[in-house]
Amino acid sequence: MSEGRVKGKVLPISKPCVGVAGKTGSWRVMRPVYDDSKCVKCRLCWLYCPENAIDLNEEGGPFIKINYDYCKGCGICASVCPKNAITMVPEG
Amino acid sequence: MVVKPLTGNYAAAYAAKLSRVKVVAAYPITPQTTIVEKLAQFIEDGEMDAKMIRVESEHSALAAAYGAASGGVRAYTATSSQGLLYMHEMVWWVAGSRIPLVMTIVTRTLGPPWNIWTDHSDIMDQRDSGWLIMMAEHNQEVLDETIKMFKITEDPRVFLPGIVGLDAFILSHTTEPVDIPDQELVDTFLPPRRQPYVFKPGDSLLMGNVPRNLKENMRMREDIHNSLEAAKKVIEEVDEEWGKLTGRRYGGLIECYRCEDASHFIVGMGAWVGDMREAVDSLRTNGIKVGLIKVRYVRPFPREDILKWVVNAKSVIVFDRSVSAGSAGPLFLDVAAHLMAAGIRVPVKNILAGITGLDVTYEDIADAVLKSVAEVEETGKFSRFIEWYYGR
Repeated sequence: MSEGRVKGKVLPISKPCVGVAGKTGSWRVMRPVYDDSKCVKCRLCWLYCPENAIDLNEEGGPFIKINYDYCKGCGICASVCPKNAITMVPEG
Repeated sequence: MVVKPLTGNYAAAYAAKLSRVKVVAAYPITPQTTIVEKLAQFIEDGEMDAKMIRVESEHSALAAAYGAASGGVRAYTATSSQGLLYMHEMVWWVAGSRIPLVMTIVTRTLGPPWNIWTDHSDIMDQRDSGWLIMMAEHNQEVLDETIKMFKITEDPRVFLPGIVGLDAFILSHTTEPVDIPDQELVDTFLPPRRQPYVFKPGDSLLMGNVPRNLKENMRMREDIHNSLEAAKKVIEEVDEEWGKLTGRRYGGLIECYRCEDASHFIVGMGAWVGDMREAVDSLRTNGIKVGLIKVRYVRPFPREDILKWVVNAKSVIVFDRSVSAGSAGPLFLDVAAHLMAAGIRVPVKNILAGITGLDVTYEDIADAVLKSVAEVEETGKFSRFIEWYYGR
Protein backbone atom coordinates (compact mmCIF):
# COMPACT_ATOMS: atom_id res chain seq x y z
CA MET A 1 0.00 0.00 0.00
CA SER A 2 1.04 3.55 -0.38
CA GLU A 3 0.48 5.11 3.02
CA GLY A 4 -1.61 8.24 3.06
CA ARG A 5 -0.93 11.45 4.90
CA VAL A 6 -4.02 13.54 5.56
CA LYS A 7 -3.94 16.66 7.72
CA GLY A 8 -0.55 15.64 9.11
CA LYS A 9 -1.67 12.17 10.20
CA VAL A 10 0.11 9.04 8.97
CA LEU A 11 -2.76 6.83 7.87
CA PRO A 12 -3.11 3.19 6.77
CA ILE A 13 -5.08 4.16 3.66
CA SER A 14 -4.38 3.92 -0.05
CA LYS A 15 -6.07 4.10 -3.41
CA PRO A 16 -6.89 0.72 -4.93
CA CYS A 17 -4.69 -0.23 -7.91
CA VAL A 18 -3.24 -3.40 -9.46
CA GLY A 19 -0.75 -5.00 -7.11
CA VAL A 20 -0.89 -2.60 -4.16
CA ALA A 21 1.09 -5.11 -2.08
CA GLY A 22 3.80 -5.61 -4.73
CA LYS A 23 4.27 -8.53 -7.13
CA THR A 24 2.93 -11.38 -5.03
CA GLY A 25 3.80 -13.90 -7.76
CA SER A 26 7.17 -14.27 -6.03
CA TRP A 27 5.38 -16.07 -3.17
CA ARG A 28 4.53 -18.98 -5.53
CA VAL A 29 5.85 -22.49 -4.87
CA MET A 30 3.62 -24.32 -7.37
CA ARG A 31 2.87 -22.87 -10.79
CA PRO A 32 -0.44 -23.43 -12.64
CA VAL A 33 0.15 -24.52 -16.25
CA TYR A 34 -2.76 -24.25 -18.66
CA ASP A 35 -3.51 -26.63 -21.57
CA ASP A 36 -5.87 -24.86 -23.99
CA SER A 37 -6.68 -28.10 -25.86
CA LYS A 38 -8.56 -29.46 -22.79
CA CYS A 39 -10.41 -26.23 -21.94
CA VAL A 40 -14.22 -26.15 -22.36
CA LYS A 41 -14.52 -22.41 -21.54
CA CYS A 42 -16.57 -22.97 -18.38
CA ARG A 43 -14.84 -19.96 -16.72
CA LEU A 44 -14.73 -21.62 -13.27
CA CYS A 45 -10.99 -20.88 -12.87
CA TRP A 46 -11.63 -17.22 -13.69
CA LEU A 47 -14.54 -17.12 -11.23
CA TYR A 48 -12.73 -18.83 -8.36
CA CYS A 49 -9.28 -17.20 -8.63
CA PRO A 50 -9.01 -15.27 -5.31
CA GLU A 51 -6.36 -12.94 -6.75
CA ASN A 52 -8.15 -11.97 -9.94
CA ALA A 53 -5.02 -13.24 -11.74
CA ILE A 54 -6.84 -15.04 -14.57
CA ASP A 55 -7.96 -13.05 -17.60
CA LEU A 56 -10.34 -14.37 -20.26
CA ASN A 57 -9.66 -14.08 -23.95
CA GLU A 58 -12.91 -14.13 -25.95
CA GLU A 59 -11.17 -13.07 -29.17
CA GLY A 60 -9.70 -16.48 -30.18
CA GLY A 61 -6.43 -18.17 -29.26
CA PRO A 62 -5.79 -19.58 -25.72
CA PHE A 63 -8.98 -18.94 -23.74
CA ILE A 64 -7.40 -17.94 -20.44
CA LYS A 65 -4.24 -16.04 -19.55
CA ILE A 66 -2.71 -16.46 -16.10
CA ASN A 67 -0.99 -13.35 -14.73
CA TYR A 68 2.13 -14.81 -13.12
CA ASP A 69 3.07 -11.43 -11.61
CA TYR A 70 0.25 -11.85 -9.08
CA CYS A 71 -0.66 -15.58 -9.10
CA LYS A 72 0.38 -16.91 -5.67
CA GLY A 73 0.13 -20.54 -6.81
CA CYS A 74 -2.77 -21.46 -4.50
CA GLY A 75 -4.00 -24.13 -6.94
CA ILE A 76 -7.71 -23.33 -6.66
CA CYS A 77 -7.97 -22.96 -10.46
CA ALA A 78 -6.49 -26.43 -10.98
CA SER A 79 -8.77 -27.84 -8.30
CA VAL A 80 -12.01 -26.44 -9.77
CA CYS A 81 -11.18 -27.22 -13.41
CA PRO A 82 -13.57 -30.06 -14.48
CA LYS A 83 -11.28 -31.09 -17.38
CA ASN A 84 -7.88 -31.02 -15.65
CA ALA A 85 -6.80 -28.34 -18.10
CA ILE A 86 -4.68 -26.70 -15.40
CA THR A 87 -1.88 -28.65 -13.67
CA MET A 88 0.28 -27.49 -10.79
CA VAL A 89 4.02 -27.94 -11.34
CA PRO A 90 6.82 -27.08 -8.91
CA GLU A 91 8.53 -23.73 -9.49
CA GLY A 92 12.24 -23.45 -10.26
CA MET B 1 -30.84 23.30 31.18
CA VAL B 2 -32.75 20.89 33.36
CA VAL B 3 -31.68 18.90 36.42
CA LYS B 4 -32.96 15.32 36.40
CA PRO B 5 -32.23 12.32 38.58
CA LEU B 6 -30.26 10.01 36.32
CA THR B 7 -28.27 6.82 36.68
CA GLY B 8 -24.77 6.88 35.24
CA ASN B 9 -26.01 4.74 32.37
CA TYR B 10 -28.86 7.12 31.56
CA ALA B 11 -26.42 10.04 31.77
CA ALA B 12 -24.34 8.33 29.06
CA ALA B 13 -27.47 7.75 26.94
CA TYR B 14 -28.59 11.39 27.24
CA ALA B 15 -25.09 12.51 26.25
CA ALA B 16 -25.10 10.31 23.13
CA LYS B 17 -28.52 11.71 22.18
CA LEU B 18 -27.43 15.32 22.74
CA SER B 19 -24.29 14.68 20.66
CA ARG B 20 -26.59 13.74 17.76
CA VAL B 21 -25.18 10.25 17.35
CA LYS B 22 -26.49 8.77 14.10
CA VAL B 23 -25.64 5.10 14.55
CA VAL B 24 -25.69 3.01 17.71
CA ALA B 25 -24.54 -0.61 17.55
CA ALA B 26 -24.49 -2.68 20.69
CA TYR B 27 -24.86 -6.07 22.27
CA PRO B 28 -26.34 -6.34 25.76
CA ILE B 29 -24.12 -7.08 28.73
CA THR B 30 -24.51 -6.32 32.43
CA PRO B 31 -24.01 -3.60 33.63
CA GLN B 32 -23.98 -1.67 30.34
CA THR B 33 -27.37 -2.80 28.98
CA THR B 34 -29.55 0.05 30.24
CA ILE B 35 -27.50 2.59 28.22
CA VAL B 36 -28.50 1.12 24.88
CA GLU B 37 -31.97 0.26 26.16
CA LYS B 38 -32.46 3.96 26.85
CA LEU B 39 -31.07 4.88 23.42
CA ALA B 40 -33.39 2.34 21.78
CA GLN B 41 -36.28 4.02 23.60
CA PHE B 42 -35.18 7.49 22.46
CA ILE B 43 -35.08 6.27 18.86
CA GLU B 44 -38.42 4.45 19.16
CA ASP B 45 -40.08 7.54 20.66
CA GLY B 46 -38.75 9.71 17.84
CA GLU B 47 -36.63 11.79 20.23
CA MET B 48 -33.42 10.72 18.54
CA ASP B 49 -32.74 10.51 14.81
CA ALA B 50 -30.46 7.47 14.70
CA LYS B 51 -30.22 3.87 13.55
CA MET B 52 -29.88 1.12 16.13
CA ILE B 53 -27.97 -1.86 14.75
CA ARG B 54 -28.55 -5.03 16.72
CA VAL B 55 -25.63 -7.41 16.31
CA GLU B 56 -24.72 -10.91 17.44
CA SER B 57 -21.60 -10.02 19.46
CA GLU B 58 -19.53 -7.17 20.85
CA HIS B 59 -16.91 -7.75 18.16
CA SER B 60 -19.60 -6.94 15.62
CA ALA B 61 -20.98 -4.09 17.74
CA LEU B 62 -17.76 -2.14 17.50
CA ALA B 63 -17.21 -3.25 13.89
CA ALA B 64 -20.65 -1.87 12.92
CA ALA B 65 -20.17 1.41 14.81
CA TYR B 66 -16.72 1.70 13.25
CA GLY B 67 -18.11 1.09 9.77
CA ALA B 68 -20.72 3.81 10.29
CA ALA B 69 -18.10 6.22 11.63
CA SER B 70 -15.85 5.46 8.63
CA GLY B 71 -18.82 6.46 6.48
CA GLY B 72 -18.88 9.89 8.07
CA VAL B 73 -21.38 9.93 10.94
CA ARG B 74 -21.11 10.06 14.72
CA ALA B 75 -21.33 6.52 16.00
CA TYR B 76 -21.51 5.11 19.49
CA THR B 77 -21.35 1.85 21.36
CA ALA B 78 -21.10 0.70 24.96
CA THR B 79 -19.94 -2.47 26.63
CA SER B 80 -18.41 -4.05 29.72
CA SER B 81 -16.08 -6.77 30.93
CA GLN B 82 -16.15 -10.03 28.89
CA GLY B 83 -17.89 -8.19 26.06
CA LEU B 84 -15.09 -5.64 25.90
CA LEU B 85 -12.50 -8.38 25.74
CA TYR B 86 -14.41 -10.05 22.93
CA MET B 87 -14.34 -6.65 21.19
CA HIS B 88 -10.63 -6.13 21.83
CA GLU B 89 -9.42 -6.89 18.30
CA MET B 90 -11.71 -4.19 16.87
CA VAL B 91 -10.55 -1.76 19.57
CA TRP B 92 -7.12 -1.81 17.93
CA TRP B 93 -8.53 -1.56 14.39
CA VAL B 94 -10.51 1.60 15.17
CA ALA B 95 -7.54 3.38 16.74
CA GLY B 96 -5.16 2.22 14.02
CA SER B 97 -7.42 3.53 11.28
CA ARG B 98 -7.70 6.92 13.10
CA ILE B 99 -11.50 7.02 12.99
CA PRO B 100 -13.06 9.09 15.80
CA LEU B 101 -15.68 7.15 17.74
CA VAL B 102 -16.95 7.27 21.32
CA MET B 103 -17.55 4.21 23.47
CA THR B 104 -18.77 3.95 27.04
CA ILE B 105 -17.26 1.25 29.19
CA VAL B 106 -19.12 0.40 32.34
CA THR B 107 -16.22 -1.16 34.18
CA ARG B 108 -16.79 -4.65 35.49
CA THR B 109 -14.31 -7.25 36.62
CA LEU B 110 -13.36 -10.26 34.50
CA GLY B 111 -14.00 -13.94 35.02
CA PRO B 112 -13.50 -16.51 36.16
CA PRO B 113 -15.41 -16.74 38.40
CA TRP B 114 -18.51 -15.00 37.03
CA ASN B 115 -18.75 -11.65 38.76
CA ILE B 116 -20.59 -8.48 37.79
CA TRP B 117 -19.06 -5.99 40.27
CA THR B 118 -16.70 -3.20 39.37
CA ASP B 119 -12.98 -3.12 39.05
CA HIS B 120 -10.81 -1.63 36.32
CA SER B 121 -9.40 -4.84 34.79
CA ASP B 122 -11.48 -4.49 31.63
CA ILE B 123 -10.79 -0.82 30.84
CA MET B 124 -7.10 -0.99 31.75
CA ASP B 125 -6.74 -3.91 29.37
CA GLN B 126 -7.37 -1.42 26.52
CA ARG B 127 -4.76 1.13 27.54
CA ASP B 128 -2.11 0.30 24.92
CA SER B 129 -4.55 0.39 22.00
CA GLY B 130 -4.34 4.10 21.10
CA TRP B 131 -7.78 5.16 22.40
CA LEU B 132 -8.22 8.12 24.71
CA ILE B 133 -9.36 6.63 28.01
CA MET B 134 -10.99 8.50 30.88
CA MET B 135 -12.79 7.44 34.05
CA ALA B 136 -15.64 9.45 35.55
CA GLU B 137 -16.14 10.07 39.25
CA HIS B 138 -19.87 10.83 39.18
CA ASN B 139 -22.85 10.82 36.82
CA GLN B 140 -22.56 14.50 35.87
CA GLU B 141 -19.01 13.82 34.72
CA VAL B 142 -20.26 10.85 32.66
CA LEU B 143 -22.65 13.13 30.77
CA ASP B 144 -20.23 16.02 30.39
CA GLU B 145 -17.25 13.97 29.33
CA THR B 146 -19.20 11.89 26.80
CA ILE B 147 -20.26 15.04 24.95
CA LYS B 148 -16.74 16.50 25.27
CA MET B 149 -15.19 13.25 24.05
CA PHE B 150 -16.86 13.69 20.65
CA LYS B 151 -15.26 17.10 20.32
CA ILE B 152 -11.85 15.93 21.53
CA THR B 153 -11.71 12.81 19.35
CA GLU B 154 -12.87 14.68 16.22
CA ASP B 155 -10.24 17.41 16.63
CA PRO B 156 -7.75 17.17 13.71
CA ARG B 157 -4.88 17.24 16.20
CA VAL B 158 -6.27 14.01 17.70
CA PHE B 159 -8.36 11.93 15.24
CA LEU B 160 -8.52 8.94 17.55
CA PRO B 161 -11.40 7.12 19.28
CA GLY B 162 -12.20 7.69 22.94
CA ILE B 163 -13.54 5.73 25.90
CA VAL B 164 -15.54 7.16 28.78
CA GLY B 165 -15.45 4.76 31.73
CA LEU B 166 -17.77 4.55 34.71
CA ASP B 167 -17.82 2.06 37.55
CA ALA B 168 -20.46 -0.67 37.49
CA PHE B 169 -23.42 -0.06 39.81
CA ILE B 170 -21.61 2.56 41.92
CA LEU B 171 -22.35 4.93 39.04
CA SER B 172 -24.11 2.89 36.36
CA HIS B 173 -27.18 2.01 38.42
CA THR B 174 -27.06 4.74 41.07
CA THR B 175 -29.25 7.80 40.61
CA GLU B 176 -27.83 11.29 41.12
CA PRO B 177 -29.07 14.72 40.10
CA VAL B 178 -27.59 15.48 36.67
CA ASP B 179 -27.74 18.80 34.89
CA ILE B 180 -28.76 18.05 31.29
CA PRO B 181 -27.69 20.87 28.96
CA ASP B 182 -30.00 22.20 26.27
CA GLN B 183 -29.74 20.77 22.79
CA GLU B 184 -28.93 24.27 21.47
CA LEU B 185 -25.98 24.54 23.85
CA VAL B 186 -24.58 21.17 22.75
CA ASP B 187 -25.16 22.06 19.08
CA THR B 188 -23.14 25.26 19.58
CA PHE B 189 -20.41 23.36 21.37
CA LEU B 190 -20.06 20.43 18.96
CA PRO B 191 -18.99 21.37 15.43
CA PRO B 192 -20.03 19.28 12.40
CA ARG B 193 -18.22 15.96 12.42
CA ARG B 194 -14.60 15.93 11.25
CA GLN B 195 -12.50 12.85 10.46
CA PRO B 196 -9.37 12.20 8.42
CA TYR B 197 -11.16 10.45 5.53
CA VAL B 198 -14.63 9.20 4.67
CA PHE B 199 -15.61 6.07 2.79
CA LYS B 200 -18.19 6.95 0.18
CA PRO B 201 -19.63 5.35 -2.94
CA GLY B 202 -17.77 6.21 -6.13
CA ASP B 203 -14.58 7.22 -4.33
CA SER B 204 -12.69 3.99 -3.77
CA LEU B 205 -10.30 3.86 -0.85
CA LEU B 206 -8.42 1.02 0.82
CA MET B 207 -7.87 0.92 4.58
CA GLY B 208 -5.42 -1.40 6.24
CA ASN B 209 -3.90 -3.15 3.26
CA VAL B 210 -0.54 -4.93 3.65
CA PRO B 211 2.18 -2.29 4.12
CA ARG B 212 4.90 -2.08 1.50
CA ASN B 213 7.18 -0.16 3.84
CA LEU B 214 7.43 -1.15 7.49
CA LYS B 215 9.03 2.17 8.42
CA GLU B 216 5.78 3.83 7.37
CA ASN B 217 3.88 1.24 9.40
CA MET B 218 5.97 2.06 12.48
CA ARG B 219 5.44 5.78 11.83
CA MET B 220 1.68 5.16 12.06
CA ARG B 221 2.20 3.90 15.62
CA GLU B 222 4.42 6.85 16.47
CA ASP B 223 1.80 9.17 15.03
CA ILE B 224 -0.86 7.63 17.29
CA HIS B 225 1.43 8.21 20.26
CA ASN B 226 2.18 11.78 19.22
CA SER B 227 -1.51 12.48 18.64
CA LEU B 228 -2.30 11.26 22.15
CA GLU B 229 0.37 13.62 23.47
CA ALA B 230 -1.21 16.43 21.40
CA ALA B 231 -4.61 15.46 22.81
CA LYS B 232 -3.52 16.74 26.25
CA LYS B 233 -3.83 20.34 25.06
CA VAL B 234 -7.12 19.61 23.29
CA ILE B 235 -8.57 18.03 26.45
CA GLU B 236 -7.68 21.15 28.43
CA GLU B 237 -9.07 23.52 25.79
CA VAL B 238 -12.33 21.59 25.56
CA ASP B 239 -12.56 21.44 29.36
CA GLU B 240 -12.21 25.21 29.51
CA GLU B 241 -14.77 25.78 26.76
CA TRP B 242 -17.30 23.43 28.39
CA GLY B 243 -16.62 25.18 31.69
CA LYS B 244 -17.49 28.55 30.19
CA LEU B 245 -20.75 27.18 28.75
CA THR B 246 -21.93 25.17 31.76
CA GLY B 247 -19.92 26.38 34.75
CA ARG B 248 -18.39 22.91 35.12
CA ARG B 249 -14.62 22.78 34.72
CA TYR B 250 -12.85 19.66 35.83
CA GLY B 251 -9.21 20.65 35.33
CA GLY B 252 -8.19 18.78 32.18
CA LEU B 253 -6.44 15.45 32.62
CA ILE B 254 -6.45 15.50 36.43
CA GLU B 255 -8.48 17.11 39.17
CA CYS B 256 -6.85 18.03 42.48
CA TYR B 257 -8.41 18.04 45.92
CA ARG B 258 -6.63 19.78 48.82
CA CYS B 259 -3.27 19.48 47.06
CA GLU B 260 -1.94 23.04 47.65
CA ASP B 261 -0.23 22.39 50.99
CA ALA B 262 -0.13 18.59 50.87
CA SER B 263 2.94 16.56 51.85
CA HIS B 264 1.49 13.17 50.95
CA PHE B 265 -0.50 12.45 47.81
CA ILE B 266 -3.14 9.86 47.01
CA VAL B 267 -3.61 9.03 43.33
CA GLY B 268 -6.76 7.29 42.13
CA MET B 269 -9.42 7.23 39.43
CA GLY B 270 -13.07 6.33 39.03
CA ALA B 271 -16.05 6.43 41.37
CA TRP B 272 -14.07 5.73 44.55
CA VAL B 273 -12.39 9.11 44.15
CA GLY B 274 -15.54 10.38 45.92
CA ASP B 275 -14.63 8.18 48.90
CA MET B 276 -11.02 9.35 48.64
CA ARG B 277 -12.20 12.96 49.06
CA GLU B 278 -13.89 11.97 52.31
CA ALA B 279 -10.79 10.04 53.40
CA VAL B 280 -8.67 13.14 52.75
CA ASP B 281 -11.04 15.27 54.83
CA SER B 282 -10.94 12.74 57.65
CA LEU B 283 -7.11 12.52 57.57
CA ARG B 284 -6.83 16.31 57.44
CA THR B 285 -8.97 16.50 60.60
CA ASN B 286 -6.29 14.36 62.22
CA GLY B 287 -3.59 16.80 61.09
CA ILE B 288 -2.23 14.72 58.22
CA LYS B 289 -1.47 16.85 55.18
CA VAL B 290 -2.87 14.65 52.43
CA GLY B 291 -3.86 15.74 48.95
CA LEU B 292 -5.76 13.82 46.29
CA ILE B 293 -4.91 13.64 42.60
CA LYS B 294 -7.84 12.31 40.64
CA VAL B 295 -6.70 10.85 37.35
CA ARG B 296 -9.43 11.71 34.82
CA TYR B 297 -7.55 10.64 31.72
CA VAL B 298 -5.33 7.59 31.96
CA ARG B 299 -4.57 7.86 28.22
CA PRO B 300 -3.00 10.21 27.39
CA PHE B 301 -1.30 9.83 30.75
CA PRO B 302 -1.10 13.11 32.74
CA ARG B 303 2.62 12.84 33.33
CA GLU B 304 3.38 16.58 33.53
CA ASP B 305 0.36 17.37 35.74
CA ILE B 306 1.15 14.67 38.29
CA LEU B 307 4.90 15.39 38.41
CA LYS B 308 4.24 19.07 39.00
CA TRP B 309 2.30 18.30 42.19
CA VAL B 310 4.44 15.53 43.68
CA VAL B 311 7.94 16.87 42.93
CA ASN B 312 8.49 17.87 46.58
CA ALA B 313 6.14 15.37 48.21
CA LYS B 314 7.09 13.13 51.12
CA SER B 315 5.21 10.21 49.58
CA VAL B 316 2.86 9.16 46.81
CA ILE B 317 0.29 6.42 47.37
CA VAL B 318 -1.34 5.09 44.20
CA PHE B 319 -4.62 3.18 44.46
CA ASP B 320 -5.27 0.67 41.71
CA ARG B 321 -8.50 -1.20 41.16
CA SER B 322 -6.78 -3.65 38.78
CA VAL B 323 -3.41 -5.33 38.63
CA SER B 324 -0.98 -6.28 35.91
CA ALA B 325 -0.41 -9.68 37.47
CA GLY B 326 3.28 -10.36 37.94
CA SER B 327 4.16 -6.65 38.08
CA ALA B 328 1.89 -4.11 39.87
CA GLY B 329 -1.18 -1.93 39.36
CA PRO B 330 -1.13 -0.17 35.98
CA LEU B 331 -1.72 3.34 37.38
CA PHE B 332 1.13 2.82 39.84
CA LEU B 333 3.43 1.58 37.07
CA ASP B 334 2.78 4.73 35.04
CA VAL B 335 3.27 7.04 38.02
CA ALA B 336 6.43 5.26 39.20
CA ALA B 337 7.98 5.12 35.74
CA HIS B 338 7.41 8.83 35.04
CA LEU B 339 8.69 9.84 38.50
CA MET B 340 11.86 7.84 37.89
CA ALA B 341 12.32 9.11 34.34
CA ALA B 342 12.01 12.69 35.60
CA GLY B 343 14.60 12.04 38.33
CA ILE B 344 12.08 12.57 41.16
CA ARG B 345 12.94 10.32 44.10
CA VAL B 346 9.75 10.28 46.15
CA PRO B 347 8.75 7.14 48.08
CA VAL B 348 5.91 5.66 46.06
CA LYS B 349 3.60 2.83 47.01
CA ASN B 350 0.83 0.86 45.34
CA ILE B 351 -2.31 -0.09 47.22
CA LEU B 352 -4.36 -2.69 45.40
CA ALA B 353 -7.93 -2.58 46.64
CA GLY B 354 -11.48 -3.07 45.46
CA ILE B 355 -10.33 -5.66 42.96
CA THR B 356 -13.15 -8.01 41.86
CA GLY B 357 -15.56 -5.47 43.32
CA LEU B 358 -14.65 -5.94 46.98
CA ASP B 359 -16.31 -2.99 48.71
CA VAL B 360 -14.00 -0.18 49.78
CA THR B 361 -15.24 2.53 52.14
CA TYR B 362 -13.72 5.92 52.84
CA GLU B 363 -12.72 4.57 56.28
CA ASP B 364 -10.78 1.78 54.53
CA ILE B 365 -8.97 4.30 52.35
CA ALA B 366 -8.19 6.54 55.34
CA ASP B 367 -6.94 3.50 57.28
CA ALA B 368 -4.64 2.31 54.46
CA VAL B 369 -3.29 5.83 53.89
CA LEU B 370 -2.82 6.53 57.60
CA LYS B 371 -0.68 3.39 58.07
CA SER B 372 1.35 4.13 54.93
CA VAL B 373 1.96 7.76 55.92
CA ALA B 374 2.97 6.70 59.44
CA GLU B 375 5.57 4.34 58.02
CA VAL B 376 7.07 6.86 55.61
CA GLU B 377 7.11 9.62 58.28
CA GLU B 378 9.01 7.28 60.62
CA THR B 379 11.46 5.58 58.23
CA GLY B 380 11.48 7.87 55.17
CA LYS B 381 10.50 5.02 52.88
CA PHE B 382 8.04 2.22 52.22
CA SER B 383 9.22 -1.26 53.18
CA ARG B 384 6.90 -2.76 50.56
CA PHE B 385 6.04 -1.07 47.28
CA ILE B 386 2.86 -3.08 46.89
CA GLU B 387 0.07 -3.84 49.34
CA TRP B 388 -3.02 -5.94 48.77
CA TYR B 389 -5.62 -4.25 50.92
CA TYR B 390 -8.67 -6.31 51.93
CA GLY B 391 -10.25 -3.87 54.40
CA ARG B 392 -9.94 -3.23 58.07
